[in-house]
This record gives sequence, C-alpha cells and structure tokens, in this order.
Amino acid sequence: MPPSSVSAVTPWWRNRRLIPGIVQAAVGLVVLVVVAFLVGNLVRNLTAAGLLLSWSWLGNPAGFDVSETLLPFDASLPYWRALLAGLVNTLRVVLLGLVGATLFGTAVGMASFSSNGLLKRLARIYVELIRNIPLLLQLVFWYFVVFLALPNGTSAIQLPGLVLAKSGLYLAWFSDLWHLQWQGPHLDGGVWHAPLRLTVEFGALLTGLVVYTAAFIAEVVRGGVASVPKGQWEAANSLGFNPLQTLQRIVLPQALRVIVPGLNSQYISLAKNSSLAVACGYADLYSVAETTLNQTGRAVEVVLVLLGSYLVIDLVISALMNGLNRMVQLKER
Amino acid sequence: MPLLRRLAASLPLMVSLALVGCASDGGGGIQSQKLATIKARGKLICGVDGKLPGFSFVGSDGQYTGLDADVCKATAAALFGDPSKVDYRDLNSSERFAALASGEVDLLSRNTTETLSRDAAGGNGLSFAPTTFYDGQGVMTPNASGVKALKDLAGKPICVESGTTTELNLADRMRELKAAYTPLKFQTGDQTYAAYLQGRCVAVTSDRSQLAAKRTSFPDPAGHTLLPEVLSKEPLTPATTNADPAWADAVRWTIYALMQAEELGITQANIDAKLAEAKANPNQADLRRFLGVEGEFGKQLGLPADFVVKAVKATGNYGEIFERNVGMGSKLKLERGSNRQWKEGGLIYSPPFR
Repeated sequence: MPPSSVSAVTPWWRNRRLIPGIVQAAVGLVVLVVVAFLVGNLVRNLTAAGLLLSWSWLGNPAGFDVSETLLPFDASLPYWRALLAGLVNTLRVVLLGLVGATLFGTAVGMASFSSNGLLKRLARIYVELIRNIPLLLQLVFWYFVVFLALPNGTSAIQLPGLVLAKSGLYLAWFSDLWHLQWQGPHLDGGVWHAPLRLTVEFGALLTGLVVYTAAFIAEVVRGGVASVPKGQWEAANSLGFNPLQTLQRIVLPQALRVIVPGLNSQYISLAKNSSLAVACGYADLYSVAETTLNQTGRAVEVVLVLLGSYLVIDLVISALMNGLNRMVQLKER
Repeated sequence: MPLLRRLAASLPLMVSLALVGCASDGGGGIQSQKLATIKARGKLICGVDGKLPGFSFVGSDGQYTGLDADVCKATAAALFGDPSKVDYRDLNSSERFAALASGEVDLLSRNTTETLSRDAAGGNGLSFAPTTFYDGQGVMTPNASGVKALKDLAGKPICVESGTTTELNLADRMRELKAAYTPLKFQTGDQTYAAYLQGRCVAVTSDRSQLAAKRTSFPDPAGHTLLPEVLSKEPLTPATTNADPAWADAVRWTIYALMQAEELGITQANIDAKLAEAKANPNQADLRRFLGVEGEFGKQLGLPADFVVKAVKATGNYGEIFERNVGMGSKLKLERGSNRQWKEGGLIYSPPFR
C-alpha cells in the first residue's frame, strides 16, 4: 500500500495531535466543573447561613491583647492591626530563623567533611537525631524543658549588660546614643527590665526552628559539596591553593549550583513551620488569627487571610531564591 | 496532638460547607434531620473538654465523669434509654465551635460561656441550652508571689487560654485599671497550666470553677490562691447549632427536666417509686405529664414519652449531678451559690412542663 493512502485512511482515534488535545480539554473541563461546584456550594450555603464573605469586621476593635509586638498595639485597635502585628511577629522569627539556620546548617554541613573525627561524628549524630524527631515535640521540649527551667528574679543568670531569666533575655543598650550613655538590665518589683528584650517564647521558637531546619540545610550543603568531583580539590591543591582558598574559589561556586535549589525548599518549610508557634505561646500570625476567628466567628475569611499571608511569604522567598539561583548557575556565553 | 486535632476539626467545616451542606436544602417541616441522624447512628457524639476534673475528665477506668459529661449522658439516656451511648470528643477551646458547626459533634457540653456573639446567627451561630453552671472569671496566683489583688499584676505576665472569653475580659479589666500586663496565650489548658506551674506567669486566669478544678491536680494545691475579684459573668452552657431548632429543643428540655426533677424532689433513688405513684394516681396530672405517663411532651420533642424518667435514672437530678461532680462532696468542694434552685434564691429555674 503506498504511504499516501495510509495517511488518508488513518482513523481519528489514532490521530496523535487530536487525541491528546481532546484528553486535555476533557480533564480541564472536569477540573473546572469540580471547582465551580465547590465554589457555588460554598457561596450558596454561606448565603443561606447569612455568612457570605464580609470584611467589615476587620475594622472592629479587637478587644484582646498581643503579648509582644514591634508595632504599637493595644486592645482598642482594630482586628486588621492585630493581624498585622501577628504578621510582623511571624516575619521577625522567619527572617532571624533563615539567617540562623543558614549559618548553623552550613557550619554543620561543612563539619561533616572535617578531618577531625569527633567533629565529623557530632555533625552526623546531630543531623540524624534532629531530622527524625517531629518539630512540634522539639518546640515543646525547648520551651517547657529548656527555657522555662531558667531561674527567675534575683537568681537569674547575670553577666555584665546581659540577664537571662525565665521571662526572657535582657540586654543593655544605649539610652542616649549621642552621649554614649547605656542602660543595663535592672530588677524592679521582681520583674526584669531592660532596653532590649527577647521573650523566652520567641527564644524557644527561634531555637527550635533554627536547630530543626539547620539539620536539613546541613544535608543540602553536604550533598552540594560532595557533588564537586574530588579531582577539583586535588587540582586546586596541586596549584598551591590553601584549603580556604580551594573552598572559596573552586568548590563553593560549583557546589552552590546544587545547594541553592535545595535551600529554597528548606527556607519555605521554615516559614510554614513558624505557624507551630502556638505550641510555645508566641503571638505569631497563626495565634492571632486563631483568636480572631474565635471572637468573630468569621472562619472562612480568617482562613483566607492565613492562606494568603503564608502563600505570599513563601512566594517571595521562592522568587528571591530563584534570583539567587540564576546568579550562581553556570553562565553560558 | 493539637495541630492534628485542629486540622481534623476545621477540615470537615470547610469540606462540609462545600460538599455536604447542599443536603440540608431538602427536608424542612418539623422533622429534625439531626435527630434522625443521631437515632440512625445509635450514638450521641458529644464535644467535651476531657481534661477538667469535675466537668469532664477521663478517670483511671477510662470513663468520662463530670457535670458536662453528665449532660451528655442524660441526653443519650433521653434519646436511647442508655447513658453509655455517647461518643466523647475532646475539644480545645479554639476548635470547639468549628467542630459543632461542621457537625462533627452533635452537642457541645464543654464549659462554654454563653455570649451574644456566640449565639447570634451573624456570629458563631450557636443555639444555647439552659445554663448548667453559673460561674465567674477568677485569677489564681501562687501564695509566694505576694499578689493580693488584680492591680498588683501590673507589668507582670498572665497565662490565659486563647480563644476564650476570659482573654477578652482580662484585656477589658486591665484596661480599666490602666495596668499594662503581658498576656501569654496557649492553645490548650494543659499548656497554660504547665507554663503557670513552671513559673512563667505570675497568675493564671480562667473560670473560677476551672481554676478550683485544676488546682486539685497541682502538686501543691494549698500553695495557690484565688484572688477575691470576680472579673466577669460566665454562664457555662451546653450548645447546639442554630441549624436545627428541633434538636436544640430536645437538648434544652432534657436539661430543664433535670432541673425540674430536683424542684419536684425526684431523685435517681426514688424515680421508680414516683413513676409508680404517678401511674397509680390519675389525679397527679402534673407528675403524670412530667414523667410521660400521659400527654405527648416526648413526642412533641421527637423523644420517647418517658425521656424524663430515663434521663433522671441515668444521672440523677441537677442537684445530684452538681453535688457528685463539683459540690461539697466532691474534690472541688464548690458551694451551690448561684447554682441553687430558684426557690432557694439561686438561678436554676425550669420553665413549666405544660
């Protein structure tokens, strides 16, 4: 049979361009119908219950207090200010957590290449121990077992310009920058006061997040460095580079191509994991939103605010990391 | 695990709003869908605290006891004639309303304060039954702290459970006193009292009954004192949702029956004698109607005719429930106070069974 007549009688169900198109259109339609059904039902039932999405409650006075805030807040301010205060608290712990976890994780990851046997073992034990225990348990441990076991009042740990008590870490700071006058922590009525203060709730959450995420980052760093062929180390060595130079100029530029994409997902995890703050009493976005939900009964709206906030935080982290990724990738010219 | 439980509680809400909610379009009329569902299931699902001695607490034998648990038992007895036909769900204060709204629990009997915003259709949309315990918010401090009144707490950290009315009342009272303070909020009572006992807070605030109850399980109960101030009214009230008025009525009148039984002097011990007396004497119309010998109160509520007899037999009347769980005979040793019958100057008052 000549080839031209074969193509002329090819039935439509063997058409390699038509069939995938039809399948995709059908799947797309099913997804659309399901989504439309869910949204339609939600709207219909919320309307029936008189609970159709409304945002006017955001302007009502919150009526509850938030324990530690960077922005000034009191109970007479509206709900959106409370949620904003919670968001700022979340961002604060996420930012510090990212920095801490990166530094600590990189150090641990590099330690696993150390020629010092003890250091190498410790790094491995740390990673295996921390990776295999749920974060929630670790947070509860840090808060209730470690931080709340600190002494209080006059028996607190006191160093010049620094006091570590059950209620938090108190630091000296300049009360008058011009005249270089500084104020140290002082005890007043059984309660410590100082210009700079970090609460134990914040401390426990930050410690928990840093220790947990650093274990994963250490593995990412270890994998990245291990991906650089041994010959590169040897070549650098034979050219007279010292170990630090080798790392800085030869190994890291190549390892970062492997490390950065892995870091991205760890950073995103850290941001999401910060919502476990409720376990140790830190007033993060989730904690404030939960109180708001209970006071207003606006479950759908509050959950939407939460979803949106964490989504934006994670997308921003992702975008920044993708930018960094482009910088460290091999430039083809 | 709080997170999992919270997820479990909120997920059905979202999903059921979207998917199952359409089922409630049908039906209508007097027939209660909730009652039909519960009867078909053969068990009442009751949301409780589960960790509060005197109200709902799992004993060493694995059984739930307490005033809140007894409300569940009495309702199950009124429905099925058997107080053991209850599935308990432990809920924390944040997840309780979502669990009720999603239909995960039929009845919320979890020391919940009745308030306007919780009752209103535009708020939480609950339907409150009669109040089973009139309480007030209190503050507990360790004796060693030297705190004698609320104003002494200025500048100090106070532990509070998040998502409770106590959180708001505390904010209001401290604002009135112009006293700055640090609220430390925890999701569960366990975390709240653990932080308090660890000395993170100088005080813990909650309903006075709850503070008294929790204190019984402290290592040193005598080392902690309730401040004299009562910060608020806290009528602790079982609740159902606005969605099913017929089911709400059935719960409401089961609880009223327990109160009415106390007023009439009907107890767990003498209920059989009273029933026999009612059956024998056609002139005792009030008693006959109350115990379902004549009339159709049960039928009107969608319950068996003898629901009052079954409920009282299961748990005793309201006074017996109170004394057994939180009264002077219990570990909590609380006075009846406002929770006396109205004839004795209290607030416990059942409308007439007519």
